[in-house]
Amino acid sequence: MKLLVCIKQVPDLESRFKPNAEGVWYNETDLAWRMNEYDEYAVEQAVQLREKLGEGTELTVLSIGSDRVVEAIKKALAMGADNAAHIQDPAAASKDPWQIASIIATYAKDKAFDIIFTGMQSQDRGSAQVGVTVAEQLGIACTTTIVGFEYDSGNIRAKRELEGGIKGIVKMKTPALVTCQMGLNVPRYPTLPNIMKAKKKEIAVIPVADLLKEEALATTASFHPPAKKGGGIVLEGDVGVLVDQLIAILKDKTAVLR
Amino acid sequence: MKTLLIGEYREGKLLDSTYELFGFASQMGSETAMLMVGSESQLPAYGGTLYLADAATCGEYNPDLHKKLILDAVQKENPDYIVFVHSSYGWDLAPRVAASLKVAQVSELIGVVPGGFEVGCCNAKMRRTVKPNGARAVLTIQAGAFPVEQPGGTPQLQKLAASESGTLEFVGYEPAEKKDVDLGKAEIIVSAGRGIGKKDNVPVIAALAKALGGELGASRPVVDAGWVEHSHQVGTTGQTVSPKLYVACGISGAIQHLAGMKKSDFIVAINKDKDAPIGEIADVLVVADVMQFVPALTAKVAR
Ligand SMILES: Cc1cc2nc3c(=O)[nH]c(=O)nc-3n(C[C@H](O)[C@H](O)[C@H](O)COP(=O)(O)OP(=O)(O)OC[C@H]3O[C@@H](n4cnc5c(N)ncnc54)[C@H](O)[C@@H]3O)c2cc1C
Ligand SMILES: Nc1ncnc2c1ncn2[C@@H]1O[C@H](COP(=O)(O)O)[C@@H](O)[C@H]1O
Repeated sequence: MKLLVCIKQVPDLESRFKPNAEGVWYNETDLAWRMNEYDEYAVEQAVQLREKLGEGTELTVLSIGSDRVVEAIKKALAMGADNAAHIQDPAAASKDPWQIASIIATYAKDKAFDIIFTGMQSQDRGSAQVGVTVAEQLGIACTTTIVGFEYDSGNIRAKRELEGGIKGIVKMKTPALVTCQMGLNVPRYPTLPNIMKAKKKEIAVIPVADLLKEEALATTASFHPPAKKGGGIVLEGDVGVLVDQLIAILKDKTAVLR
Repeated sequence: MKTLLIGEYREGKLLDSTYELFGFASQMGSETAMLMVGSESQLPAYGGTLYLADAATCGEYNPDLHKKLILDAVQKENPDYIVFVHSSYGWDLAPRVAASLKVAQVSELIGVVPGGFEVGCCNAKMRRTVKPNGARAVLTIQAGAFPVEQPGGTPQLQKLAASESGTLEFVGYEPAEKKDVDLGKAEIIVSAGRGIGKKDNVPVIAALAKALGGELGASRPVVDAGWVEHSHQVGTTGQTVSPKLYVACGISGAIQHLAGMKKSDFIVAINKDKDAPIGEIADVLVVADVMQFVPALTAKVAR
């Protein structure tokens, strides 16, 4: 069997974001990077399936981006993926979800992947489009937001998370794509021996120009901070003083402290 | 301008969020038509054209089939925009429709601005203005971002039928886990977020809840990691609460968390990041390390 997992590298979301020179995305300097959180669940699920199926199964991890994304790829390899495709694209951030999906679909088209795993959304752009669009472009079955996954000889049984804690149970046949939601599993931490082993795994480097066949369908006109609503009080400074200030406010503005 | 609004229906009921689609259409100043896979016994209060397929035969979750029905209605109505709520139904179906039409999708709109649509990004800390390149686009609107609007009237039904079975088989719903804590009744909730750092720190947050005479709440990652039980989770996939006081400890303020607690009377957030989006709705944002501030606060409150 052939499995593919698509991962995106995103900045640490606790960073301060400043618009880039064009004012359409964030300035990438001085950011710490890591694997998109939702994609960690996708990798873990793919690795678990890879382990269950054993010999004869191959798990490829794919990421589109500049050279820095190799760090995220290496993490996925250390978690248990067999090999990787780094679609080299320093301008990945300026591509719309349709283009990102089309790059993945073009890569996957003649490779006969049985199951493709993606995250349900990326934390920085958060369009929740790429996974489903890849499936549409490949013409394969797809379900989204899964919090449960079982596989048995060509059949997938997935649990979708709906609003308010309700779940929907779905069955489909491979080839298929699933988009993974938080809580699907407990992503493992790569162990040192596995990090060492991962160094020997193959990372194919493919220039994006070889795979990009589509024009963008949408344009980002601007990237900016939210218009502050104001009203709220911001307290900063020494913790001891802050405690007294907060207690005074709570006594004044609420009935919960006397 | 015309929008085709895709209504939503679950376990036999029309979802209230469907009325937010009309709020969006009004802001756009657009003509509307609607499509729903639902039931004639639960029609929206809407006097326009409603393309209706029967959920009993078409299924409530059958994206291949629902996509086909929508594409049929798009042919008939020739809308500029096809609009969904950004929900588990909408974010699943919208990209399929957009891909079939090969038009842009703009996800999770929070506003309409000159030159495009406003969406959140970077975990809600930042915003983007996005513009579809073509004349037609698929849109999903963030739940709660647009006003609920009931146009009133009785729809002019255009019944749709479809047979094709699709690539997915929907087996059924699994009910939400039973809650052993009803946070909905709590007057004070102190919630732990990922910013508390580790499971061992949960008792520190629980101690503040106790000192204030309230309950412990939690954000989703804290629950997913097994630090706190699911019955304490606040948010779209947890509980919706409206206490007199809500204290968010190390919680960034993602939309799915805010949706569960923004109706609280008074919100205090403790976060080391002054730009955390929780600051947009907090009455007081304390910029501090949660593990230094909370024990100090608990000590003073308990005294
Ligand atoms: C379909 C869907 C449904 C979801 N449902 C829910 C839901 O019901 N409930 C929910 O909560 N989430 C839900 N989520 C997840 C949501 O999007 C966020 O990922 C989640 O709310 C983030 O939790 P958090 O704020 O605890 O963690 P983070 O976003 O990681 O934020 C941690 C915060 O702690 C701060 N911090 C870090 N260290 C410290 C310190 N030492 N002192 C002070 N502050 C510190 C950081 O600045 C940051 O703001 C859902 C997501 C999806 C896609
Ligand atoms: N640059 C990328 N490289 C590889 N996979 C990606 C990339 N961008 C998005 N994805 C995948 O698509 C999912 C959804 O992303 P998005 O549509 O941007 O919210 C992510 O969780 C990833 O699995």
